[in-house]
Amino acid sequence: MTRLALALVLLATLPFWVGNTYYVNIATQILIYAVFALGLNVLVGYAGLVTLGHAGLFGIAAYAGALIVNGGHGHVAAVTGALLATLATAAIFAALALRGTGLGFVMITVALGQITWGIAYRWISITNGDNGVSIRGRPVPFGLSLASATGLYWATLVVFLVALATIAIFAASPFGASVRGTRDQPQRMNALGYHVWMIRFLAFLFSGLWSGVAGMLFLYYNQFVSPQAVALGASAEALLMVIAGGTGTLLGPIAGAALVVIMKNVASAYIVRWNFVLGAIFVAIVVFMPEGLVPGTVRLWRWATATRRRRPAAPAPAPGAEGGR
Amino acid sequence: MNLWFLLSVNSVTLGGLLFLLSAGFSLIFGLMRIPNLTHGSLFMLGAYFSVSLIAGGLHFWVAALLAGLGVAALGGIIERFVLRRLAGAELAQVLVTLGLSFMVADVCLMAWGGDPISIATPAALRGATRFFAGLAFPTYRLAIIVIAVAIAAALWALIDKTRLGAMIRAGVDDRAMAQVVGIRVSRLFTIVFCLGAGLAGFAGVIGGPILSVYPGLDQDMLPLALVVVILGGTGSLLGSLVGSFVVGFLYNFGQAMFPELAYVVLFLPMLIVLVVRPQGLFGRAAP
Repeated sequence: MTRLALALVLLATLPFWVGNTYYVNIATQILIYAVFALGLNVLVGYAGLVTLGHAGLFGIAAYAGALIVNGGHGHVAAVTGALLATLATAAIFAALALRGTGLGFVMITVALGQITWGIAYRWISITNGDNGVSIRGRPVPFGLSLASATGLYWATLVVFLVALATIAIFAASPFGASVRGTRDQPQRMNALGYHVWMIRFLAFLFSGLWSGVAGMLFLYYNQFVSPQAVALGASAEALLMVIAGGTGTLLGPIAGAALVVIMKNVASAYIVRWNFVLGAIFVAIVVFMPEGLVPGTVRLWRWATATRRRRPAAPAPAPGAEGGR
Repeated sequence: MNLWFLLSVNSVTLGGLLFLLSAGFSLIFGLMRIPNLTHGSLFMLGAYFSVSLIAGGLHFWVAALLAGLGVAALGGIIERFVLRRLAGAELAQVLVTLGLSFMVADVCLMAWGGDPISIATPAALRGATRFFAGLAFPTYRLAIIVIAVAIAAALWALIDKTRLGAMIRAGVDDRAMAQVVGIRVSRLFTIVFCLGAGLAGFAGVIGGPILSVYPGLDQDMLPLALVVVILGGTGSLLGSLVGSFVVGFLYNFGQAMFPELAYVVLFLPMLIVLVVRPQGLFGRAAP
């Protein structure tokens, strides 16, 4: 409990002790992507359904929010509309992708995500194509101005904490247990009388909702959205956060989000080729540490120090290997 | 010239190209059970290889063949040294192909720059061929259709008539049983992956004079291949063939009639097929 309180105090006072606006902005980015990764982990980690189309949901929220704001409506309407649009799209995505079995699910989510990207890129009269849509000004909820980096950081922190608490409650709830059940033993769950399809569908909606929330935060952070946010690379980045941090753990995605955002900012200062680095890290993590960076490092360390006495722990089964049956 | 006729010709041409791309994708999915997300990158890589080969003074068709073989070799390397390490962990294999596709895209950007490069149409096939009633047909597009049909026939003969094809079909239908009766399925994996990669690379070259080569070509082609395979069903050559032409027509007509919504038009038949027949038009139900 004291550790939790300490972490909260540290997070809340972060703008005071990091000082520089640049670092506050990076912290905001980490929190935004942590919300995205936490939501994605509900599907990838808990439900065992790996998706590469979540950037589509993220982008739908950002675009819908931007278009509503530019249409002259208030921010309440924008947030509500964006989240409703995300939920509707998530329902369509889920209904279609859950028709596929096993890796067919992955393939359909890739296709759906790419189609969303194609719409963002090609439907120029609405989305302004490659130039993207910008909005002017951030909202002022409850009199707190988000115009400054610090104001936006605090607002993002509040949303992040709500997301974390909601997902912690979800993971501990009977619904969370049944979602994990459909991941591990779909047939047995079915025999026990659970509606496996419906559980997965609801998990998809719940997960997609947080993608939408992250998309809105992203829109307010950048005051701009372009097809880049919807591209397959964005989905892959989010998936990398989840996998790097450790799937199916509560705090793993947060560590993964911090890792990827920091690496992206550091790497882009030295090399132009972020995509190459992203791909290489992806390959390295999947080949050498399929269970995530933290458990993976522990395993490699044990293996290096004590190979003789006992066999190293068997690698955890890859997430979603059983998914979608 | 009649606009509809021209559109149809373009659709059939794109369909032929898509068949070359998606036949390999479909066979790989059927046999190895993984969607190979590098497939678009292999298509692009083939096109870029041929750009360099042609710049080096080679004839178009020689370059096309060499580029196809080069990409096939690369596919073999990917299968032997990366995917083989992850045998059994299919999800990990998919993620690796995704990671590789980013690396390939970035290497291409580094090596060939960000500007679109167009590949010159081979001299003998420039201009148009005249048919009855004064209808003219761009000769190069005609050639693509002929090549696609020839390769489709060859693939069909390979899969349906040869011993190797019988082993591949056995592997697609029941991998474990094929292993039990003494088929070296792991070697089939390499063969099919090389074949699929080579076809994708070759398609990239012969598509070059029409599509040109640019960064992002991989991202444009991959969803088309996915839609073809979702439509046609995985592991089915006939499905790929029919799916390719359906997608070719929808894409071209969609782009002509609703230029901004071509992607949505493309998406509709996929939606219908997924709802009505999730295994695809010619696919078999999952066991």
